[in-house]
This record gives sequence, structure tokens and C-alpha cells, in this order.
Amino acid sequence: MSPPQPPRLNRPELICPAGTPAALRAAVDAGADAVYCGLQNATNARNFPGLNFTPDALAQSITYAHERDTKVLLAVNSFATAPGAKLWQDAVDIAASLNADAVIVADIGVAQYVAENHPGLRLHLSVQAGASSPEAIRYYCREFGVSRVVLPRILTVTEISAIHDEIPCEIEAFVFGNIGMMAEGRCSLTNYVTGQSTNMDGVCSPASAVQYVKNADESLAAKLGEFEIDCFAENESAGYPTICKGRYLTPARSGTYYAFEEPVSLNLSSLLPELVGAGVTALKIEGRQRSRSYVRAVVSAYREAIDDIMEGAEADLSVLISLTEGGKQTEGAFKSKKWR
Amino acid sequence: MASSELTMGPLIFHWPAEQKRDFWLRIADEAPVDTVYLGETVCSKRTPFFDDPYLAKVSQRLQGAGKKVIWSTLSEVMIKRDRKIVADICAQEDMAVEANDASALFHLSGKPHRIGQALNVYNEATMQFLASKGATHFCLAPELPRSCITSLAQTAKRLGVGLEVQVFGRMSLALSARCYHARAYGRTKDNCLFVCEEDPDGMDLSTRSDTPFLAINGIQTLSHAYLNLSGEVSALQQMGVGAFRLSPHSGDMVAVAHCYRDLLDNKITVDEADVMLKELKVPQPMANGFFHHQPGYKMVSTLSERT
Repeated sequence: MSPPQPPRLNRPELICPAGTPAALRAAVDAGADAVYCGLQNATNARNFPGLNFTPDALAQSITYAHERDTKVLLAVNSFATAPGAKLWQDAVDIAASLNADAVIVADIGVAQYVAENHPGLRLHLSVQAGASSPEAIRYYCREFGVSRVVLPRILTVTEISAIHDEIPCEIEAFVFGNIGMMAEGRCSLTNYVTGQSTNMDGVCSPASAVQYVKNADESLAAKLGEFEIDCFAENESAGYPTICKGRYLTPARSGTYYAFEEPVSLNLSSLLPELVGAGVTALKIEGRQRSRSYVRAVVSAYREAIDDIMEGAEADLSVLISLTEGGKQTEGAFKSKKWR
Repeated sequence: MASSELTMGPLIFHWPAEQKRDFWLRIADEAPVDTVYLGETVCSKRTPFFDDPYLAKVSQRLQGAGKKVIWSTLSEVMIKRDRKIVADICAQEDMAVEANDASALFHLSGKPHRIGQALNVYNEATMQFLASKGATHFCLAPELPRSCITSLAQTAKRLGVGLEVQVFGRMSLALSARCYHARAYGRTKDNCLFVCEEDPDGMDLSTRSDTPFLAINGIQTLSHAYLNLSGEVSALQQMGVGAFRLSPHSGDMVAVAHCYRDLLDNKITVDEADVMLKELKVPQPMANGFFHHQPGYKMVSTLSERT
């Protein structure tokens, strides 16, 4: 008698970031099943200078991807802000007219606009909507016909599996890249410091507000706006001043500490079989702000890993450690509740 | 113009249960507020201490004193305990509920309810959709600038729904799954030992150069600066904002309420109100930057706008 076989896994889709048309082609060529991107304005949560797509570039990119059987998802996932909310509706119209395969939205008004005006356009619920319970997810499914939810990076694999059993839509989960510490779509820290809003302008710790200042003791202060977010000794490599990865003082402790999280990257490569077993349909790589070569390297590694796992082989993802922030990686919330 | 409504928002900190009870009883007897929001909005682990044994009694006293009582739901809903608390509050037929996340909307759609600060309402279409599902009153997120509030006030007027803006107290800037109070003490959320009780107004975070920056309240990150929209109250009234929220702190909230009541009724000037708040030892600095489309921690002079 042969030993019992593990349950057959469904092949997950690999969802890859693209901040530029070149990165999009790199992701497609490296084996992405779908690529997500945004327009060059406040309608998406990675509204950085020099990044993102004009409508023309998006049209050409969608053609390139579709010719190679790869989907393109347009992120329209910041919060449409009155009195200029039409910009978000225009972005949805562009996605529909260019035959994007789905729009990724967070705002209720934008979701309603899609459902009412483009009922044939597939709707994905962005991580920016912060839907972290079955009821919240079912709300968006019921009201707007959401086909897929991108889960916040705060759940354990066991919890994801339980959610899967209680919702009528597909699950997309982040597996690699930046790990946001705050509930997405509900963070005004950048706006508090810089006057530019993550929710409304699609920016987080914008480069235009970053300054590095040399202190008298030769240490280097990394400032965002007027506030010193971190400070690096002469022999330390200086990091980027992201508020939720800074070092601060508090009366209960002596010396500065990472009050929220250390600068680490999420890497769930060792949990891939469990994630797929939990019912995750799509595995998402973060990093629309990353370079084409980064995208190519990460996508290739994950493509190979997924294919290996589907064939029952061990996946080798050692190459990915060199691509994590400061060479440090974490499984974040996914492995254990102790992370919280 | 109809008289402006003054409200006391949910108590976001984890005070000892008796202190919370006494706070609300004093509000019932002495504070000139029209509406109060009860219920734990930050962490479901806190509910056995105050909400379960005292909340119904406190609610009765507040109602007996002529205050409208609204039940606010948790801002972040994730585990079974969170989900059950939200479902139970929303299932009560005789309670007015303020929803702070989409799981509450799941339960409340189709019956009258309010929308809280933690639910993003940034545009007309969102407001209109939620109103079509039963929302009767909206409290806006602190980060919205004047231009956005102006548009939403026009929409609220057209839809016949109430509009509320926080005018006093530390601003909620972020929520997380992780408890940063526990983290500061080398613990996790599950074994936090309720260390957030140590800090009645939040745990201060400063930069390395000792500049006060943020405040931690469990899973919530707050501004260091206290929001004070005394100078903007008149503009908000003219836009059509009808309700003004004070967020409770450990200082003398009854006196703060009297100050804002007089300001809303035009009985005192903005300068008089600000002097009064300083005399009450409200921690400085105060801030109004978000309203003016500036960094939220800034205090923008409104002298030129006053008549």
C-alpha cells in the first residue's frame, strides 16, 4: 500500500508589482501570472515621482501582457477625496476602456462606481481597505460584488484558513517585500509629519520630505519633515526614514528602540505550501517602487519556487535574502500570534 | 442657525474601571454635552473590566441626564472576541450604534446607524452610498482638510444626515494589529498584562533628540499634540457641520466642555477659549494643521480669518 498522499494543492497565481513599463515587461517575462500597477496620480497608494503609468503606457503594457497570457490589474486604491473624487472615477474608466483584467480598490465610493458603471469589470478589494474579518470581507462582496480580497498582513496562516471557509471570494496574500506595520488605509502618520496623506495623495514618507543631517558626533540623522525618525552611527548603513520603522524614546525604556517594527522585509517563502493549503488563490509580491532588476529577480525566484512546490519538490529561495531590507527578513504576523 | 451639538467621543484609553465609571457619571451630571459615545473602540481585551459590568448602568445615568447615548464599535476587528462584541452591539434593537469598521456595516446595513471616525468617508459617493444603507450621521477622520469637509458638508446637507468633526484631544493617526504598549515592555498582545493602564493619556514617544512626537495607546498611535479647532469652529459652523466632538482625556473634561459650549454659542471669543484651555493645563502644544492642509502637528494662526 502506498503512503497517504497530501491533499492536492491548487496552483496559486503569482501577482507581481510594476512601477514602470520596463518593470512590467520584466515581470511578465519572468513568469508573473498577473502584474499590478497604477496611474501617475493620487489614485494609487504608490504615487511616487518617476513611477507609474500614463494611460498610453498602460495601454501598450496591457497589450504586451495579454499577448503573453498575463493579466494586468490596475490599483485605484487610495481614497477618492472630495472635491476631486472624479479623478478616481476617471482611473476606473481608463482601466475599463483598456481592458484591464481587474481594478483593485479600497474606497466604498469607488467600489460603488465600478459596480454601477462597469459591472463587467472584475473588482479586487485592496489591502488598503483593511478588511480583516469575514464580516468585513462579506460586506464588500455583498454590496459591490468583490471577486477577490487582498488580506492585510496581520493574520496567521491558521486565521487565513478560517477566513477562507467563511467568505465567498478568492484570497490574495502578500508573500514578499515591505511589511507595513499599520493597518493599511487607516494611517495618517505621514500626513501628520509632512502634510501629504497616504490615504488621499497615495504617499508614505515621501522623498521630498527626507533629509539626512550629520550630527556633531559624526552620526547621521534621518529626518522626515521636522522629525528625526532614526539616527545611524558612522559605521552603520543609513536606512530610509519611514515613521513606523524609526527608533524613538519612551519613558518606560532607556535609549532608543524600534517602537513599531525593525526595518525588515516580509518573506513567506518557507510558508508557501501552508498558504496555498489555507486556500490562498494568489500570492502577491510587494514593491511597485522597486527597480526592474529587483522585480525580475524576485519574480523569477518565486516562479521557480511555486513550480517546485506544485511538483512536490523542496523550493530553494535562498537568493531572496539578498533582496530583503538590510538583509533582514521576517514571517511577520503569518507564523504566530506572538508577532502582535 | 440651529444650535451646534457638542459631543463627548468614546473614551479611547484604558483607565481603571472605577475611574471610567466616575468620569461618565460626572459627564452625566455636569458636562454641557448633548451626545456621548460609549463602548470600547481600541482593544477588545479591555471590555471585561468596564464595558461588561458598568456600561449599561452608566448609559442609564447619561440618558437620565438628558444625553443621547451612542454605542461605538471596535475600530479593528480581527479575532473571534472582536467579532462577537461587534455582532452583539449591532444586534441590540434599542441601541444607536456608531460603526467603526466594515464588519459593523455588515450587521447594520438597512437600519439606522452612525459612521465613526475610523471608517474612511472621504468623498460624496461614499457618504451617499452609506446613507442609502441607513447611515444618519458621520464623524469625519481628523486628517481631512477644509476643502474636503466643505464638500462633504454640502453632501450631508443634501442627504439630510448629520456631520461631526473632532475639535479637541489627541488625534488617532494609525491602528495596527500589534500592541505597541506591550512591545515597549517586551511583551506581546496576548500577554500584555494591561500595561496600557499605566498611561491615562497615552505613552509618549519622542525622537532621539527628545522632541515629543507621538503617543501610543495599545494598538493605536496618536498625535503628541492635542487637536484644538477653537479657531476653526466658526468656519465649520458656517459650512454646515452640526456636531463637535471632544475626545476624552484625564484632565478636566467638564471644564473643556463648558469652554467649547460657550465658544459654539458665541459667548466667548477664540482667544478667551484658548486662554481658558491653557489655564485648564491642557498639555501643549496644540495643533490644527490638518484642517489647513498643513502637517497635522502644526498650529496655524487663524487670526486673519476671524471677524
